[in-house]
Amino acid sequence: MIKSELVARVAARNPSLNHREAERIVATIFDEIVAALARGDRVELRGFGAFSVKRRPSRVGRNPRTGDAVAVSQKSVPYFKTGKELRERLNATQSGVQAAPPMESAATGSSD
Amino acid sequence: MTGRTLTRAQLSESIYQQVGLSRNDSAELVELVLAEIADTLCKGEMVKISSFGSFQVRSKGGRVGRNPKTGQEVPIQPRRVLVFRASHVLKDRINGGSGGGGA
Repeated sequence: MIKSELVARVAARNPSLNHREAERIVATIFDEIVAALARGDRVELRGFGAFSVKRRPSRVGRNPRTGDAVAVSQKSVPYFKTGKELRERLNATQSGVQAAPPMESAATGSSD
Repeated sequence: MTGRTLTRAQLSESIYQQVGLSRNDSAELVELVLAEIADTLCKGEMVKISSFGSFQVRSKGGRVGRNPKTGQEVPIQPRRVLVFRASHVLKDRINGGSGGGGA
């Protein structure tokens, strides 16, 4: 599904909205998330997931072809952690595997 | 951590202000957009949002894990995980580049 399809689905579910409004709603949501991350803020959407910004320190990298050392300056990268509810839903649909107790899977899941 | 946290409340407030819907409708639409994305992903379909990033479901095979505290072996069942890949536009914005957002 791409953004335009998401807009179409949102519009289809809300007959009172016109297409342009649906477009602006979807755009506003993603624009706000991007703006928050650009400020260094976190975005927490319970049940769905959380976006955050992680710092990567500067390091000495290597050109894989020549082996030359290259300075890589520090940068920030966006990070997404899937929310608990969505993580469980993703696995509930798969061949009905509900057997794994949530508490145990949460404990092992934190190791990686 | 000096950063604040953006939640559903601020997203629906922005829709209320920028699109001009009622506060109630704005909140419901935030929920609907997230639900549509989640439903699509649960079907195993990828979701691609241009100039934001893409969400993809990956299947992971089972493996033998270890409880890091006790060293005890624990079987990890095959599972599906959600992976987010940020677009270059988002990565650039986070690093202070192209602040205006050209799209």
